[in-house]
Amino acid sequence: MAGGTYEKYKSDGSLGGNVLEWVDARFPATSMWKGHLSEYYAPKNFNFWYFFGSLALLVLVIQIVTGIFLVMHYKPDGSLNAAGVPVAFASVEYIMRDVPGGWIIRYMHSTGASAFFIVVYMHMFRGLIYGSYRKPRELTWLFGVGIFLVLMGEAFFGYLLPWGQMSYWGAQVIVNLFGAIPVVGNDLSILIRGDFVVGDATLNRFFSFHVIAFPLILIGLVAAHILALHETGSNNPDGIDIKEKKDEKGIPLDGIPFHPYYTVKDIVGVVVFLMAFSAIMFFAPEGGGYFLETPNFYPADPLKTPNHIAPVWYFTPYYSILRAMVWNFFGLDAKFWGVVAMGASVVIFAFLPWLDRSPVRSIRYRGPITKVMITLFVICFFILGYLGTLSPSPMGELISQVCTVFYFAFFLGMPWWSRMDKFKPVPERVTMK
Amino acid sequence: MKKFLIALFFAPVLALAAGGNVHLDKWPGSVSDKAALQNGAKLFVNYCLNCHSASFIRYKTLVDIGLTEEQIKENLMFTGEKIGDLMQVAARHDEQKKWFGATPPDLTIVARARGEAGAPKAGADWLYTYLRTFYRDDSRPTGWNNLAFEAVGMPHVLWELQGTQVMDPATHKLSLAVPGKMSPAEYDKAVSDLVSFMVWMAEPQQEFRKTLGYIVLAFLALLFVVAYALKKEYWKDIH
Repeated sequence: MAGGTYEKYKSDGSLGGNVLEWVDARFPATSMWKGHLSEYYAPKNFNFWYFFGSLALLVLVIQIVTGIFLVMHYKPDGSLNAAGVPVAFASVEYIMRDVPGGWIIRYMHSTGASAFFIVVYMHMFRGLIYGSYRKPRELTWLFGVGIFLVLMGEAFFGYLLPWGQMSYWGAQVIVNLFGAIPVVGNDLSILIRGDFVVGDATLNRFFSFHVIAFPLILIGLVAAHILALHETGSNNPDGIDIKEKKDEKGIPLDGIPFHPYYTVKDIVGVVVFLMAFSAIMFFAPEGGGYFLETPNFYPADPLKTPNHIAPVWYFTPYYSILRAMVWNFFGLDAKFWGVVAMGASVVIFAFLPWLDRSPVRSIRYRGPITKVMITLFVICFFILGYLGTLSPSPMGELISQVCTVFYFAFFLGMPWWSRMDKFKPVPERVTMK
Repeated sequence: MKKFLIALFFAPVLALAAGGNVHLDKWPGSVSDKAALQNGAKLFVNYCLNCHSASFIRYKTLVDIGLTEEQIKENLMFTGEKIGDLMQVAARHDEQKKWFGATPPDLTIVARARGEAGAPKAGADWLYTYLRTFYRDDSRPTGWNNLAFEAVGMPHVLWELQGTQVMDPATHKLSLAVPGKMSPAEYDKAVSDLVSFMVWMAEPQQEFRKTLGYIVLAFLALLFVVAYALKKEYWKDIH
């Protein structure tokens, strides 16, 4: 090299020449722009389901930006103020009432939390029906499962911060679950709380995790998720490989540059999403009592357990699976098996690339078995989610047990049922529907 | 097949949806009725604020229900507070606990807190029912009990207005034994106004929030037209 490359760009340190060339000699700005946007060739047949990836990124940005402003006025302090109200709870109401525009920022953040899960669930469902996790995109999928896990942690830590009754008792219940782990369980839950009950120490460490640790991990995983995707190229609703048919310049025949085609298309998706988001945020910010649970308008009271502790809606399917386990296997408490089942129900998504043995990726070319199994899985997921919002009942327990069995049968039986199905011939080129 | 799956989905929902709580009367009021809010504020300050704080709201915020700062100072502030102060109570929490067995809760957001999953606005109905269903019960330390709140710690603060209700042990229905200063219809209206104020107080910017919502949605609708036209233009050659 010996400086030759630099001389070519006429860069004497001044900005007299072309600024972009000056930058490009020092940082891969243009090549990154091309590699990830203007010359990243995406299949031209993306449908509705392909909006949710960019929407997830949008919600991440909303959460980070609103979060930055919330932290300016929020106080992670469990002690009582002069009026006898916990400082943390009062600071949220202060944001809602006395900080100019505070209520908009706060509702954006609280609605954003639920929106994040809605968007991510849709995004995961897309992967499921079009086989996006299949070879060679296993790592994209694994990073995605990582994002999902971290997001659950992020949401859990964040939910404690308003320091309302449901924040407090929800955290109490979930942290106590770790106590079910044999031998180390009790010490582990004390380590997590930093105290024998959820208290000021817990609030402060959850705050730290929520605003620093987990967002950092999340952003790193999102970057890895996108880098891995752009290495293999995107899947599409036909589940076929567009890289197999290229023109003389090496550009996939069915590929179009992400920018401008998908940037302008995603803007439409973003506007529609923001309309739905605003409709909730401005007209029903409680989300029917599911996005903001009404008992959380009472400040945390360690001496008063609510009649019914329900997790936020996005955790309820897993909570139902936890409650469905009522048997003491191998001398271990049912609660322990509940925790195991709950953990497994989330982690099992990571194994999809190796469980699916279908010769084709997309549901479009798979037979009735796949369609019925996926439909039943979604129904089970909704039923489990609904049951998780209710108080326990014998009927609910039985239904959730049936659904839990199917939930796992869906995954564990997949190596067999995915192969048994009837398949249609896959087209040579993508189809525009 | 589809019908079967839909039926399958709803069967457990129907099986579990049965059952319910105390019957709640529908709150007939509205938060956009300024006169009701002002009457409610007067009732709240005179009857509730002696024991219950509203410690997330400032007196000054009452400007939003159509009062001037002068009117607020003259009619609603009695103990030398400043207009920017939070609506606190003078009574000490430990003493209150001794008197009533429990500290009277802060009421700023109680209208939201009393809502339910699936019906976040039901808090107003609960308050409207609660404040109208006190009855004499000599087995209680205060001499009062309540249909919506079994074994309530609070005595019937509004008894002068409503009069004294008693419960028929057979039918569990309430009847007015001693009339109060107000007729039942007047009392219901007064409670409705008080609940209006509490609903407003739980989220003072709620009306503005909706107004802003319409503006935001209108803007997004316009933006949609532009964004969609842009997409169409770029994509016209992609088949």
